[in-house]
Amino acid sequence: MKAAQSGAPLAAALETFGAWFLAILWILPLAYALWAAIHPSAYSARFVLDAPLTLDNFARAWTAAPFARYFLNTFLLVTMILGAQLVLCTLAAYAFARFTFAGREIAFLLVLLQLMIMPDVLIVENYQSMSALGLVDTIPAIGLPYMASAFGIFLLRQTFKTVPRELDEAARVEGAGPLQVLLKVYVPLAKPIYIAYGLVSVSYHWNNFLWPLIITNSVNTRPLTVGLQIFASSDQGIDWSVITAATLMTSAPLLIAFLLFQRQFVQSFMRAGIR
Amino acid sequence: MRCLKSRWLAPIVGAVAMVLASSAMAKDVELSFYYPVAVGGPITKIIDGYAAEFEKENPGITIKAIYAGTYQDTLVKALTAFKSGEPPDIAVLLSTDMFTLIDEGAITSIDGLLKTNADKAWLKSFYPAFMANSRTSGKTWGVPFQRSTVVMFWNKAAFKAAGLNPDQAPDTWDALVADGQKLTKRDAAGNVSQWAVEIPSTGFPYWLFQGLTTANGVQLMNQAGTETYFDKPAVVQALQFWVDLSRKDKIQPPGTIEWGTTPKDFFEGKTAIMWTSTGNLTNVKKNAPFPFGVAMLPAHQGRGSPTGGGNFYLFKKMTPEQRAAALKFVKWMTTPERAADWGIQTGYIAVRPDAWETPAMKQYVAGFPAAAVARDQLKYAVAELSTHDNQRVTKALNDGIQAALSGTKTPEQAMKDAQQEANRILRPYR
Amino acid sequence: MSPARLRTHLHGWLLLLPAAVLLAAFTYYPAIATVLDSFFSTPRGARPSIFVGLDNYQAMVQDPIFWRALDNNILYSMSTIPLTIALALLMAVWVNGKIAGRPFLRMAFFTPTVLPMIAVANIWVFFYVPGYGLVDQVLGLFGLPAHNWLGNEHTALACLIVVAVWKDAGFFMIFYLAALQQIPPQLREAAALEGAGRWYFFRRVTFPLLMPTTLFVLINAVINSFRLVDHIIVMTRGGPDNATALLLFYIYQVGFKFWDTAYAATLTVVLLALLAMLALGQFLFLDRRIHYQ
Repeated sequence: MKAAQSGAPLAAALETFGAWFLAILWILPLAYALWAAIHPSAYSARFVLDAPLTLDNFARAWTAAPFARYFLNTFLLVTMILGAQLVLCTLAAYAFARFTFAGREIAFLLVLLQLMIMPDVLIVENYQSMSALGLVDTIPAIGLPYMASAFGIFLLRQTFKTVPRELDEAARVEGAGPLQVLLKVYVPLAKPIYIAYGLVSVSYHWNNFLWPLIITNSVNTRPLTVGLQIFASSDQGIDWSVITAATLMTSAPLLIAFLLFQRQFVQSFMRAGIR
Repeated sequence: MRCLKSRWLAPIVGAVAMVLASSAMAKDVELSFYYPVAVGGPITKIIDGYAAEFEKENPGITIKAIYAGTYQDTLVKALTAFKSGEPPDIAVLLSTDMFTLIDEGAITSIDGLLKTNADKAWLKSFYPAFMANSRTSGKTWGVPFQRSTVVMFWNKAAFKAAGLNPDQAPDTWDALVADGQKLTKRDAAGNVSQWAVEIPSTGFPYWLFQGLTTANGVQLMNQAGTETYFDKPAVVQALQFWVDLSRKDKIQPPGTIEWGTTPKDFFEGKTAIMWTSTGNLTNVKKNAPFPFGVAMLPAHQGRGSPTGGGNFYLFKKMTPEQRAAALKFVKWMTTPERAADWGIQTGYIAVRPDAWETPAMKQYVAGFPAAAVARDQLKYAVAELSTHDNQRVTKALNDGIQAALSGTKTPEQAMKDAQQEANRILRPYR
Repeated sequence: MSPARLRTHLHGWLLLLPAAVLLAAFTYYPAIATVLDSFFSTPRGARPSIFVGLDNYQAMVQDPIFWRALDNNILYSMSTIPLTIALALLMAVWVNGKIAGRPFLRMAFFTPTVLPMIAVANIWVFFYVPGYGLVDQVLGLFGLPAHNWLGNEHTALACLIVVAVWKDAGFFMIFYLAALQQIPPQLREAAALEGAGRWYFFRRVTFPLLMPTTLFVLINAVINSFRLVDHIIVMTRGGPDNATALLLFYIYQVGFKFWDTAYAATLTVVLLALLAMLALGQFLFLDRRIHYQ
């Protein structure tokens, strides 16, 4: 960096400009959402500084569908998925990282296969399975296909492999069984990975749409994203004021959490050191 | 889990219920009622309010009103529930879903339920145009509820600015083109700042297309839902007219026009005329920053527009008591007063002539005469395109329309292909 | 086998079991069932499903929409994948350096990841509206004419590609950023002493060191290019005339709008075959640098 800065100040300036330009492009949809949500519809395509402010759009969005219930559903959904993922992936990753067992290599390849053949493309068959299990239109049905996550298993396995064997053995000498070793040695050391993975998982499932759209069909199970669809498929066309208000409302928890914990978030990713 | 359990329990509960019913006749009846939301506003509140009012007037009947999402969601939910053995009792679904529901064996015809002369008179009280999509092979399967049609909105200020009579919308295709030349505003470089007309062509282009084909005196399908007539010369002609609006006359934006943005285009003055659903009436009234008018679609060989929107359907698996209660509810929801109230609150067309004679509706129309245009157009309205395997046939036509509008196929070729595809799909039903 | 070793085997499998059951039930079983179902007809009303051999495949080969969706998807993947990766890398390099306003840049690049596609797609619809949409408003400042971005067969897919790149680049940036942080600064200092330029250093040192991350990101980018169709449902519904139909969108349409599950399964087989081929290619050819040991 030093070399670049001293060597070519113009290039550096140009680069800064480029970076800012791209960043502004990238933030534009959010900026627009803010603009449209707090102004009357008449100003949703007209950017004048003296446009009156209003919170009416949020009120209209809130009454257009039972969003309180959708929030609850989404919350239950992401909690359930994340909880199951953490447990299942930890166990499986531990097995792959520290146990030699027959068929391990094949099993690991099969798990990696799920990285490519993910549940999202198997909607037709999974729908039939859920309907055979009598689970259509339940929150577990939204979550089940995602609970054993190849991504999570892979990430945790890589991390567990970096844990020094000596720590493991020391714990065993003290008489800890395999599960106690896992809980006392491996899990604490993988904390950054858990945070990074947890955030990715939560934001993925908070925003997931197609599968929940297919598998749910009532207010009691539908997550926020599916609820948002009501604004996109109306006879009256798109009302950006309401839809941006709804967007902000529904992604507010994630957005705020991200803004508040931005540093920690990025750092935990860095510490996670995905390679 | 819940489903499995109730599947086991159902026969037992049923048996117990029958014993109980025979001992105590005044048993409570519960009806599940699925409905979609397709227009803005607090629809769920209005429906819940109706249900509560009905329950109050009819002790012993409980209505479980379930908001099921969009029309598409509601159909999916109703059909899956039906396949798993627990269908809803009543559902509001698109009138065009009729064949799908019949093919699945999910719904019961209404005629069989009508016992008294008053009941029969009730079924005759709706606008015939709405019944066109509710009947096939001599039976009635749906009861009109939230129905709409295509109308034309025009910007009076833009008409005035273009030197046209602001109170006279173009009444014929020729007048539309002639007025359109004046309404289209171009700068020196040829960039258009205001188009004359937008006929949306995404989402359900076939529906707006019917506004053209009907005016050109041609039907798109037979009433049995087994034949389509996409490649008839009059249909091709109608499509040619639509394409020409953009390509030859240059008074409509080129390419396909997004349904969802058309109202905003109108409010923003990007188009002086738009074709859209009457479901937009309340929306336009609230948001148009200029005086506007609502007119019937322009005529060519004749007038015409398709109807649209949703009907009540009654599902098969009901006890006689439930069936009677369901009919009672549907009748209650479509009384002149309710139909008027529903129309005023949502912008849908009140489904029966006598609803327009109620004091509330009279007062509404007096203050907002545009609301009556859609009603007056019903005289010329035809059934919305609906066949067996409806979604697929419709898609064939939609693709053809879009191909012609975006210029990849000639209207003739596009309609020939669409008809061929429709023939292939419909062959098993003939 | 000694009891201790047997116990390790057993423990290994027991630990794996819960995940394995779910993977089997919701990934392997449906994948296999998809292939089987593609040889049967769709049950309708009173007509049960019957074995039809290759009929569904024959119908697929003759289905112009399938070919269109396949073409579109290949074009879409071939554009989104390199664009997303290149931008992600560029963003990461910027945000990793001492650029002015780094926290803002980082936030700006990353926010698309936390916004639901289904909602932001509507905002993008606004950007693309002819005339008063943001893109046209900006272009209008330079005197350029309005353009019907989403309503034109030639631009609609490109518009969706932009949205997809926008959505994913910031997410992948984080992975690159993490990897960049782990390159020892001494390397750079040494290179600077030897007079190596920045670009040379990047090409010869940084980029090769980032290779494992690039592969990881590549897999994810490939997957997303076949997996994410939310924006299509909102923005174009596959139109105009199927110009923006992608495979998964078409599968959704056939399976859940036409209720033709057998044909949807047949289409899914193609998608699975594509993904399996890509996975195989990844394992066999690209993966030599990473050893999952």
